[in-house]
Amino acid sequence: MTQVATIADSYAEQFGRFKQQTALPGALASLRDEAFSCFERLGFPTTRLEDWRFTNVAPIAETAFVAQVAQSEGTDHTRLDFDALHLPRLGGPELVFVNGTFAPALSTTDGLPAGARARSLATVLAKHDVDDEDGAEAVASRLGQLARIESRAFTALNTAFLRDGAVIEVPPGVVVETPIHLLFVTRSHTASVLSQPRVLLVAGENSQVRVVESHAGDGETPYLSNTVTEIVAGDHAGVDHYTLVREADAACRVGSLHASLGRASNFSSHTISLGGAFVRNEASVVLGGEGAACTLNGLYLANGRQLVDNQTTIDHAQPHCDSHELYKGILDGRSRGVFNGKIIVRLDAQKTDAKQSNKALLLSEDAQVTSKPQLEIFADDVKCTHGATVGQLDEDSLFYLRSRALSHEQARQLLIHAFAADLLGHIKVEAIRRQLDALLLERLPVGGA
Amino acid sequence: MLEVRDLHAKAGDRQILNGIDLTVNAGEIHAIMGPNGSGKSTLAGVLAGRNGIEVTAGSATFQGNDLFALEPEERARAGVFLAFQYPVEIPGVNNAYLLKAALNEVRKYRGEPELDAMDFMTLIREQMKLLEMDDSLLTRPVNAGFSGGEKKRNEIFQLAVLEPSLAILDETDSGLDIDALKIVAGGVNAMRSPDRAMVLVTHYQRLLNYIVPDFVHVLSGGRIVKSGGKELALELEDRGYGWIETEPAAV
Repeated sequence: MTQVATIADSYAEQFGRFKQQTALPGALASLRDEAFSCFERLGFPTTRLEDWRFTNVAPIAETAFVAQVAQSEGTDHTRLDFDALHLPRLGGPELVFVNGTFAPALSTTDGLPAGARARSLATVLAKHDVDDEDGAEAVASRLGQLARIESRAFTALNTAFLRDGAVIEVPPGVVVETPIHLLFVTRSHTASVLSQPRVLLVAGENSQVRVVESHAGDGETPYLSNTVTEIVAGDHAGVDHYTLVREADAACRVGSLHASLGRASNFSSHTISLGGAFVRNEASVVLGGEGAACTLNGLYLANGRQLVDNQTTIDHAQPHCDSHELYKGILDGRSRGVFNGKIIVRLDAQKTDAKQSNKALLLSEDAQVTSKPQLEIFADDVKCTHGATVGQLDEDSLFYLRSRALSHEQARQLLIHAFAADLLGHIKVEAIRRQLDALLLERLPVGGA
Repeated sequence: MLEVRDLHAKAGDRQILNGIDLTVNAGEIHAIMGPNGSGKSTLAGVLAGRNGIEVTAGSATFQGNDLFALEPEERARAGVFLAFQYPVEIPGVNNAYLLKAALNEVRKYRGEPELDAMDFMTLIREQMKLLEMDDSLLTRPVNAGFSGGEKKRNEIFQLAVLEPSLAILDETDSGLDIDALKIVAGGVNAMRSPDRAMVLVTHYQRLLNYIVPDFVHVLSGGRIVKSGGKELALELEDRGYGWIETEPAAV
């Protein structure tokens, strides 16, 4: 109790200092006050909450993380070792953030078509008081619209310390051909860093964009990367989003993604979790326009004592919308996987077509997975299917491959790769797919101890 | 090449093989025939190293080495090939990828350089034609969605590419129509060579019309109860297996 009280005090004290140091436009200033009181009221979630039943946040709740406020942090890292951080090289526009702070020297917007913008949130907000040529008002008014703070402690915490992150705006009709890479690196060598970047992506009507969020880190000190992404896809827009989690072995991550889809828009999200001791990915999509389509895919590899928890909510609010959801986990060691897939079909959402599938491959006796589909259907003319499977590598397949001269290890890797093959096929960013191919065929990553 | 002596083996809790003796020399084709449940597939499986079969007594040497001391992949590299009765479907593993990986493992073992994708394609062209393999079968996942005939042809295609010293064909004829049987038999016959031995495991004599064996053995109750030349197969076709089972064992 004392410890928890101390940690609560620590956040209150940090928030007080943060407010002094970081000015925000009026509306956002009150949002962050509200957010912090939500966080104080909610506290960290406990396993008594339905959405946290299988995930104990003790590693986060019992650590005194230090929220990163200083602007200087991060700018002195002139080089990032992509290979050491296992990051893909995409070769297009790239915004780099170190401990949640934009690092302009490491970033480039080369390759963005006219009209499209990729900026740091701090830069946008800093201009707010001067004039509104840069649309700071619009950005400010969008923040927190999808990622609600009232019942989500981690979103409230992120919002309370709102400061920096990425803002991507694609005007109507604009097609961004090369993927935009947002790279969040947490370096936690001494203190237990709390990095809380924010992402806002607004894709205008009939625009197209592909965004890759890479989350990586190094250092042995546990850190918490608590990220919030809000995506607004306009009517007929196409948004293809990737979340690549390659956090350090000792790291905790809570990431929530919120998307709102306009009429006949198409949104896909691929969440690939490969590293971190505690990884919680939340994705919540509202199909808010008729004929919208959404694909939520997820792949995770866990080893050691890693925990990977994927929570998804797909809200069919309008008729004629499709959703396809496929999550697959490969678990070794004593790792644990959690999948909770909620699908809501509102009364008006007739002709909904929703498919959900969750599969897990257990490579050891001690690995565990919990799968929970949750369907809430209020309309009557809909198609909704869900399925979950848990299995081991097939002995007959292993023998077949070994009888064809492949070593036990090769045969195993080939079957592991095969398990994920359909998901890999959906990944349109070649650098990511190649990296995953190699990773799955060669070895499993060594996870957190 | 292969010497099996007094081999006893269990599959699960059941004793299946009860003292098999079999000598196969290079250049020979042996047919192992017998009714269902006589132990034919267990014999094929134990030689290739199938899991779930336990050798309880006896020995098998392949080219002078203790076969049972080798892992399945070591047997494959050393030149033992099993054509499966039920080839396993492996969705997500590309057929050509597997074959290239297999061939390169075998080549490594033989001290030959590994092949790249181009050389590999050149090398397999001829065998593809021989087995009438369509290009699409290469790019599809291993056996996934293949017809029964395509699966068996794929097995013999692998055999032709890997060029083992000892090929064990487990019920390769089962489920094949006459056209497919002719293609498969043509593939096997093309592989006949003075350096290579083959063991055909089959229930029916029909396959032996197309692949003529040097020796025929009849398996019953986990033992070879009769051995002879190719004419023994015809006799079995005429008289069935009943008369063999009632005769005293001939070794």
